[in-house]
Amino acid sequence: MSTEQIDRQWTTRLRKRVAGKLPPEKVLPDTQPAYVASWIYVFGVATLAALGVVIATGCLLAIRGPQWWHQSYVGHFVNSMHLWSVEIFFFAMVVHLWGKYFMAAWRGGRSLTWMTGVVLFLTSIATAFTGYASQTNFDSQWITTQAKDGINATGAGAYFNVLNLGQMLMWHIVLLPLAAVALTALHVVLVRLKGVVPPFEENATVGTPS
Amino acid sequence: MKRFRPDVDAPEYKGGHAPYDIIKEGTIALVVIVLLTVLLASLFGSPDEKQVTIKTWSNAMPIDFATTAINEMNGTTTTAGYGPPYNHAATGQDIGFLHLAQWVGVRIPLNTTKDFVVTPLESLPAGTSLTPALATWNAASKAQRSAWVTTVTKEIPKIYYKQGLVVFPGPGGGPLPVMIDALTAMARSGALDQALVTGHGFYTTDYTKVLLFLSDGSYLSNQAATQHLTGSQWGMMNETGGYPGQAWLWLYTFWYQVPPFSSSSNADALVWGTMMVLSVALLLVPFIPGLRTIPRKSKVYRLIWREHYRNQT
Amino acid sequence: MGFFSHFGALVPLDHPGHYIHWHWFYLSVGNFIVICLMLATFIAALLLPFPGRRSRKENR
Repeated sequence: MSTEQIDRQWTTRLRKRVAGKLPPEKVLPDTQPAYVASWIYVFGVATLAALGVVIATGCLLAIRGPQWWHQSYVGHFVNSMHLWSVEIFFFAMVVHLWGKYFMAAWRGGRSLTWMTGVVLFLTSIATAFTGYASQTNFDSQWITTQAKDGINATGAGAYFNVLNLGQMLMWHIVLLPLAAVALTALHVVLVRLKGVVPPFEENATVGTPS
Repeated sequence: MKRFRPDVDAPEYKGGHAPYDIIKEGTIALVVIVLLTVLLASLFGSPDEKQVTIKTWSNAMPIDFATTAINEMNGTTTTAGYGPPYNHAATGQDIGFLHLAQWVGVRIPLNTTKDFVVTPLESLPAGTSLTPALATWNAASKAQRSAWVTTVTKEIPKIYYKQGLVVFPGPGGGPLPVMIDALTAMARSGALDQALVTGHGFYTTDYTKVLLFLSDGSYLSNQAATQHLTGSQWGMMNETGGYPGQAWLWLYTFWYQVPPFSSSSNADALVWGTMMVLSVALLLVPFIPGLRTIPRKSKVYRLIWREHYRNQT
Repeated sequence: MGFFSHFGALVPLDHPGHYIHWHWFYLSVGNFIVICLMLATFIAALLLPFPGRRSRKENR
């Protein structure tokens, strides 16, 4: 095989492209700009950590099935951890969103980072909704019989039947978490690619667009 | 030279960097979140209000159940008159010229008379007074059935429950008094919950029919009202008991409280439409002049980057 | 079950909730607390000094 032939391979081209844009020092940096010096910056990683706990507690609930938490103290405690990690997740995400808005964090070619964040927020709401629909108790009965009206009004209710427990549970534990994790990965990769947005330039009248 | 737009472009950073341990930061964040989760779960637990069944409903409010069953047959319940995706009784909600529900059509077909009353009764063992009543109903013409339904509908204010029986004092109604009484007994035994759920076969995870029937009665909504979960109570945001709920749904439920949404028959569609527009606006903030200028004009950033600005001067 | 039965909830919130009700405005106390905490956390994050100033100064 010639070098030219190897270089033309899809694998080689993809690897070089990825390694070029995201070398190890960018994926796992050991320095950051000195302006990253505020507690507001911890809410991104806090959201990420909370997502990890949500998924882990969800996996624990999956081990014994959707009825386990009604029948066992351990199961109920795991459910409680799942609920509170979701509350912490949304709490951290909203504070992160407020912080990023007031930093105008979309500047300098970072609009895709902002947009993936917003889509993640909306995906998280959908994931939380299907979770509430999967509780198999009075709350899920009420939430689904109410939510159906809004969703039916859009036409989507004909295919996304919130009264179908099986469908809601599978969206909650398969489809939406996959989407959330994929979007999170994309969001984090974009932050690593573009770096943390620099402060507004206060003194210069003209700067260099980056 | 390209014009620098301070709300779109970022200045090139020529300043210093500081050591940063990303793995350590992530680990600390994870440990803190795990501890906080365990603490909150230990302190507050989570709610688990017992599910409502047709059995609990019909035992607590047998006349409400019997009335709902009659209304399923006369087409006046929410489900019977819903429209798409369940039936053609209405056209569904609109957003102006967008008739989305109607365009998608009836994909979860339901006939409330057949699915909620007749078919469940037919699943019961034969050999009681119900058998000839069902035979009479099935043999009757559409017009005859309609006349019977009209008669029992007029009886609703007079029917009463005594010693396990739903009693229709007045004459007429054909086989319907027997059928409604039998359905109420079936409901009180728990058999109707199962009949509505297993309608598809042995295995099912689809609770559409039983949930729709439940929501047509008063029992489920009464339970919700005591838990402050109804629309006018901003219920979408709330959780049962004293637990915090879904605070992030504040804007969604807010619209239902104000005109024109609060008095519109298309409220659900209008609120969804409004929220879609606002969500797209949030998505496109980087491209919307004015909205993307607020961060720079409000100067909140001076708090975030105060050390950087201090070092610059 | 014994160990975890103590973690049923030390401060159970299963009792009927309290609500702030003013005309058509309706907010549960639970949600009100969460929203206030969010705002307080945001403001605190903006105002509280962040450690490591000396390290950043040395590397400027």
